[in-house]
Amino acid sequence: MSALFAIAPALPLHKAGKFVAGAYIVFLALVLVYVVIMAIRSQRIERELSELQRDLDAARADSEHDLERVG
Amino acid sequence: MRTALIVLRKDLRLELRTLETVPAMVLLSLVTFVIFHFGLNRATIQGQLAAGVLTATLLFAAMLGINRLFVAEREQGGFDAFLLAPVDRSAMLLAKAAALFIFLAVLEVVAVPAFGLFLLGPSLGPPLPGLILVLALADLGLAVIGTLVSAIAVHTRARDLIGPVISLPLLIPALIATARAAGPLLAAHTSGSPPGKWLAILALYDVVFALLAYAVFDFLLED
Amino acid sequence: MLPPTYGKGLRGLSLATLATISAALALVFFYAPLDANQGFVQKIFYIHVPLAIVSLCGFIFGAVLAIGYLRTGDRKWDMRSYVAIHMSLIFGVGGLITGSIWAKASWGHWWVWNEPTLVSFLIVLLLFATYQPLRFSIEDPERQSRYASVFAIVAGAFVPLNFLAVRLAQQYVHPRVLTLTGGNLPGAMRLTFLVSLLGITLLFVTLWKYEMTTKNTRAQVRRLRRTLLGDDTIRPAGRSAAPL
Repeated sequence: MSALFAIAPALPLHKAGKFVAGAYIVFLALVLVYVVIMAIRSQRIERELSELQRDLDAARADSEHDLERVG
Repeated sequence: MRTALIVLRKDLRLELRTLETVPAMVLLSLVTFVIFHFGLNRATIQGQLAAGVLTATLLFAAMLGINRLFVAEREQGGFDAFLLAPVDRSAMLLAKAAALFIFLAVLEVVAVPAFGLFLLGPSLGPPLPGLILVLALADLGLAVIGTLVSAIAVHTRARDLIGPVISLPLLIPALIATARAAGPLLAAHTSGSPPGKWLAILALYDVVFALLAYAVFDFLLED
Repeated sequence: MLPPTYGKGLRGLSLATLATISAALALVFFYAPLDANQGFVQKIFYIHVPLAIVSLCGFIFGAVLAIGYLRTGDRKWDMRSYVAIHMSLIFGVGGLITGSIWAKASWGHWWVWNEPTLVSFLIVLLLFATYQPLRFSIEDPERQSRYASVFAIVAGAFVPLNFLAVRLAQQYVHPRVLTLTGGNLPGAMRLTFLVSLLGITLLFVTLWKYEMTTKNTRAQVRRLRRTLLGDDTIRPAGRSAAPL
């Protein structure tokens, strides 16, 4: 990345491994956070869709009921 | 162009009559110098440190000016009146940016000598022409960005808060260039000529954002 | 006119992302040679730099999409712009954190001012972090979209200028060994880097499309409800900075 890093001394493997793992874990965590957010959104959409279906059925039942009464 | 001049004259006359913004900016900068004196615990400063202190102080004083720039328009229906008139909308951008530039210039007429008196070690004489050039370019950038951000902020709920928070990061390249250009000027044995590289960056910044502001400003004025 | 669908091609795209990122990880840990100076720690480079590059390009992409909104007035461009910027911010935070970990591992400090890329990044993130608060504080939705677009364009233009200024402000004695674009990298490292970059880019596009599919679906459900059952049955969308 830069001259600064190029002249830095190399860490022994057991220490270095932790930092590298940490960096990749941060990446994984961010992607998983996204998955969680998307899951919550999907859940909400499904709920709204089923509410729409339910309200639609109710409205249709109402109008049929009205027709029966009039007819 | 004429419209811009009319709006500018109105703003200047308003400021002269009410004396709200510029005195506050001047006072803020003077107090900031005192704070820096105590904060740094130095009798005098020079070189890059002095340039940094001066630039930061001007920046914070500019925030005050930016916050107030469109408040009168918003509160007294100036936007609607302007939109109804058959004029080029960029005239408002030009007028407001010019007003802010003038406010900053007046501020610097007081603040820079005060800086020379209170904090600066070396004499202000030799670097003065170079410093004026640097500050003029800096003020141009501050004026353009300030007008743009102020126009955005005035229609939000979080008016005074959002202005500085958006404009300060945007101004960082200008701040870097101003401070680095002024650094050699305020040093003990200065040559009196500011480094060309940083002047070029400041000029580039000014040109890019002026063009950009001109391109997008209309969209901010629509109802 | 048919409403837009964003889900088209999402399956193929996500599979491609999976394949590329898996390949990249394999290359990073089994193929790329160990750096002579930094040792194993250098491996962070392959996740940090792509995150940073994609984040920056994402901000510029968001600015371009915002231009689309201002030219057409169609809200879908604003939604695309919003999602792009919002995701670039997340990728950018990832880049910043991984950069900080790399700094700590290499140099012992969690933050270094000498590294211009990291510093420029911080400034750009500070700027774009104001995007959502700005949107939240404008109530009228059309004005919100308009102002957000103006902000996105100005901020997008800011990104290259900022990098230029910060880079020039750093004083360097040594030449740069590993540049942002991998200019001086030996062959095996360069291949690994390019595959990682491709993988992160694909990830960005996949997540972008995914988020827009979800948002679009929700907007369609609401529109359906409004059409079928009337305006008064719709519940307000709730506090949101996003264009629905």
